[in-house]
Amino acid sequence: MADPSSAKQPVVSLHGIGKTFANGVTALHGTSFEVRRGEFVSLLGPSGCGKSTALRIIAGLAQPSGGEVVWHDDRHGAPGAIGFVFQEPTLMPWASVAANVHLPLKLAGIEFGKAKPQIVEALARVGLSDFADAYPRELSGGMKMRVSIARALVTRPQLLLMDEPFAALDEITRFKLNNDLLALWHAADQTVVFVTHSVFESVFLSSRILVMTQRPGRVFAEIDIDAPYPRAEAFRTSAEYAALCRRVSETLAHAMSAEAA
Amino acid sequence: MRHAWRQQDGDIRSRTRREQLLRAALPVIALAAGFLVWELVVRFKDLPPYVLPGPMLVFSTLIADWGLLWSSLLSTLKTTFQGLALAFVGGVGLAILFNQSRLIEYSLYPYAVILQVTPVVAIAPLLLIYLPQHAAVLACAWIVAFFPVLANTTLGLNSVDRNLSELFRLYGASRWQILRDLKLPAAMPYILGGLKIAGGLSLIGAVVAEIAAGAAGAGSGLAYRIAESGYRLNIPRMFAALLLLSFTGIVVFAALSSLSHVLLRRWHESAAEPET
Repeated sequence: MADPSSAKQPVVSLHGIGKTFANGVTALHGTSFEVRRGEFVSLLGPSGCGKSTALRIIAGLAQPSGGEVVWHDDRHGAPGAIGFVFQEPTLMPWASVAANVHLPLKLAGIEFGKAKPQIVEALARVGLSDFADAYPRELSGGMKMRVSIARALVTRPQLLLMDEPFAALDEITRFKLNNDLLALWHAADQTVVFVTHSVFESVFLSSRILVMTQRPGRVFAEIDIDAPYPRAEAFRTSAEYAALCRRVSETLAHAMSAEAA
Repeated sequence: MRHAWRQQDGDIRSRTRREQLLRAALPVIALAAGFLVWELVVRFKDLPPYVLPGPMLVFSTLIADWGLLWSSLLSTLKTTFQGLALAFVGGVGLAILFNQSRLIEYSLYPYAVILQVTPVVAIAPLLLIYLPQHAAVLACAWIVAFFPVLANTTLGLNSVDRNLSELFRLYGASRWQILRDLKLPAAMPYILGGLKIAGGLSLIGAVVAEIAAGAAGAGSGLAYRIAESGYRLNIPRMFAALLLLSFTGIVVFAALSSLSHVLLRRWHESAAEPET
């Protein structure tokens, strides 16, 4: 893990971000928050609260209608500085697992032979070393998501953005992937912004949770989850976890009623 | 209980095998029955061969005229595949051009449609005036075959997964990379589907042009044989050539189907083996 001083350095800050779509829907209004190095931040809120939009703005896939995104890292703008994991695995069905993981490097002009060590490493990190030659349709939903994560990690991004990546998976697979993602994050000193609508998932994973209001979305509350890492199954069944979940749920309920008022 | 399950499983498997056997055998039986009725009608009614030859006579003509018909078959096959290759290049090429430039698409697409909806029988005589015969025949094959390739490829290039194209954008992919690594592979099943249609149409285009060239031409394809035999009232040879023409269509279709299967079997649902 990085030393405590560098862990506090911000990677990216959002200042008063607003987003109004062409159809007049305001997804975000006055959204400000900061992501610091080595953090696992979750954006928690109901569907349609603009949390995915915020993630897409950080990724540069959408332009804000107001406010600014400030980067504090030299690597920003270079392809591969950001890893993005979509809600669906979003793999190329015509390419093998290894070729899918190769994609970000291929687009940067690095040939398969040269990229191979990185591909092998990324696949090993998500536990799919034996499936390099398989095709996506031959894999289960959870395995496809692992490939998608390996692809996002292969460029060693300074920031990993995940947009409800496990929402479509069954609970058993989701728990397993949550555990593995945390282990990955912990081992690699990765900075992660994770979008979810699950209180339980956000509490289990995050070092900090940003609770968002709905329509227009903005940050309603910030909750630090101080429980020490590594967290595993024991944490999931602890009284501390239950208490934290209750606290976050209450905050989320307040956020919803604040917006209704 | 377990035993009963396995028993049932075995029953299902033998039932599917029996069904497969039936599916292969029934068309053959139906064909044989059809030939039998045909032969019997010709014999009992004592029809002369220039009115309706029986299947036995058609087959013996096929064998007797094999040398002539075989070279015609090769000529037709060659024209068909040449037309198909041109349709592939023209259809995919135009679709890519349209995909890259709206301006070109808006300027030319209407004329591609016009070319498609104008009956090729009506175009063939004109082409025969302006082009050498082989070129005219090829042009006809191309005109009817290229449009399904163009239409299908256009559809395929436009049906790329939105998230995947955002991913390419995120990693700074160039236009060329997006085309080569994303759009063309995504369009592959559509292109192959278009080719399957184009194969049959290319044959039809070639045949129409050869018939239009008719007696005036020095053609050597199967359709020319049919026209020529018609003038000579050699009806059995007309049937024999027709039989070979159907056979050609089947060969073209089977070739394109297996090409499609080989290219898609690892990843596309349409070609994947059923799960066992």
